[in-house]
Amino acid sequence: MQALYAQLLVGLINGSFYALLSLGLAVIFGMLNIINFAHGALYMMGAFVAYFLLNLGGISYWWALLLAPIIVGVFGMILERTMLQWLTGLDHLYGLLLTFGIALIVQGVFQNYFGSSGLPYAIPDQLKGGMNLGFMFLPIYRGWVVVFSLVICLATWFLIEKTRLGAYLRAATENPTLVRAFGINVPRMITLTYGLGVGLAALAGVLSAPINQVRPLMGADLIIVVFAVVVIGGMGSIMGSIITGFALGVIEGLTKYFYPEASNTVVFVLMVLVLLVKPTGLTGRAA
Amino acid sequence: MPETAMAEAPAKAAGGGNILQVRNLEAWYGESHILHGINFDVNAGEVVTLLGRNGAGKTTTLKSIMGMIGKRTGSVKFNNQDIIRASSDKIARMGVAFCPEERGIFSSLDVRENLLLPPVVRAGGLTLDQIFNLFPNLKERLNSQGTKLSGGEQQMLAIARILRTGASFLMLDEPTEGLAPVIIQQIGHTIARLKKEGFTILLVEQNFRFASTVADRYYVVEHGKIIDGFSNAELAANMDKLHTYLGV
Repeated sequence: MQALYAQLLVGLINGSFYALLSLGLAVIFGMLNIINFAHGALYMMGAFVAYFLLNLGGISYWWALLLAPIIVGVFGMILERTMLQWLTGLDHLYGLLLTFGIALIVQGVFQNYFGSSGLPYAIPDQLKGGMNLGFMFLPIYRGWVVVFSLVICLATWFLIEKTRLGAYLRAATENPTLVRAFGINVPRMITLTYGLGVGLAALAGVLSAPINQVRPLMGADLIIVVFAVVVIGGMGSIMGSIITGFALGVIEGLTKYFYPEASNTVVFVLMVLVLLVKPTGLTGRAA
Repeated sequence: MPETAMAEAPAKAAGGGNILQVRNLEAWYGESHILHGINFDVNAGEVVTLLGRNGAGKTTTLKSIMGMIGKRTGSVKFNNQDIIRASSDKIARMGVAFCPEERGIFSSLDVRENLLLPPVVRAGGLTLDQIFNLFPNLKERLNSQGTKLSGGEQQMLAIARILRTGASFLMLDEPTEGLAPVIIQQIGHTIARLKKEGFTILLVEQNFRFASTVADRYYVVEHGKIIDGFSNAELAANMDKLHTYLGV
């Protein structure tokens, strides 16, 4: 039974990363209409920035949680201003190819300098150790990742669904030309939205660093599953991405317990089933 | 609406000077050349109507003034400032508001969010209470999804939301299209009231019977050019010509 709970916890942690990453992808797709294949590389950059901050600047994990998303977010905004903005109105394929190329370049550069093996990143002292819950042992850092991710996901949902700024974003998703004619600087909003989505990926990277180590290909390994999560949840759906992210993490964890052979494929099997039954995803709306 | 309702509205009309001056305006959609040199003026406090058949270039004229068309040339002066190269958000912040033909109600926003969407760009816009006095239906539907409103309510919402912004110059694109006569009458009363309060309005209409109840002057658009223009007092004398222009 303990093994089941342990797998559930692993599932929740993976789900946290899926949720944070798919949320960023959903935000970017909703606003820019771009399938951001560079997301995994930007997640990896978040982890590396945390690593550099600690090892070169002596800046702690807690500051890295704030600084890494900002630094990588600014990098993302430069990408958007210099490259992605020119793809407005073109077929999705162009955005996909460009961001895929960016991902390969970024990963290649990091691989060139740091190789493929993982660099250690220590768990901060305050989050070391664990708690015996009676039915299982809970490492504190892992519990922190789940709770913190959930808080960030819900805060992002609140920002987009319940605030004036979110109303601008949703409206601009539907009709950017008209929103701009109301006096809102839509191009700047698009840049900031891309920065926000990329910042979420970088935040996931920082959270992941103490668990999975810091590796140039850490994003490439994860991003395919995250795309499956986004497709299942519904492209562009904020709450759909969050719920599906956590749910698929748990389903994957349960599969590891009950039928380990299928644990790597269960997400893709579910994706196929969802696409067959509801092509717009579980919470997506038809275009 | 109470007498005080729009007391603070546009500091705008006083003086009646030239507020919009359009000269040799040309516009393109991709390779298609739509406007071929539009020329007209609008004075402060006036309601000016662009009449013309479908596809004549009326909507494109409004969109070009608003900066929503990618390729445009010529001169558009608003309050003596040339805005031909300005982006649409900048034009909006100068006090120009646009209500599109398709109303542009956002389905992912409720009525309240739709209403509050356009930011206040200048002082002197209507308050929510003033707007609800003008359009009482909206107050009852605040939490409904924007696109769940009836066509008439959506039109009211589309007009209401630009009145909040403090814009002094309103461009309304076929506000009566597809609406029941009783709603058209209400929209007419609203436009007349806005005019009385000093707003300057550029109206695009195919329904000149409706336009005649609110307009001061008319311009007829055909093949992307202004081919005629007359005042409301001259309307009766120009009726035969107008029938020919509009094909009615």
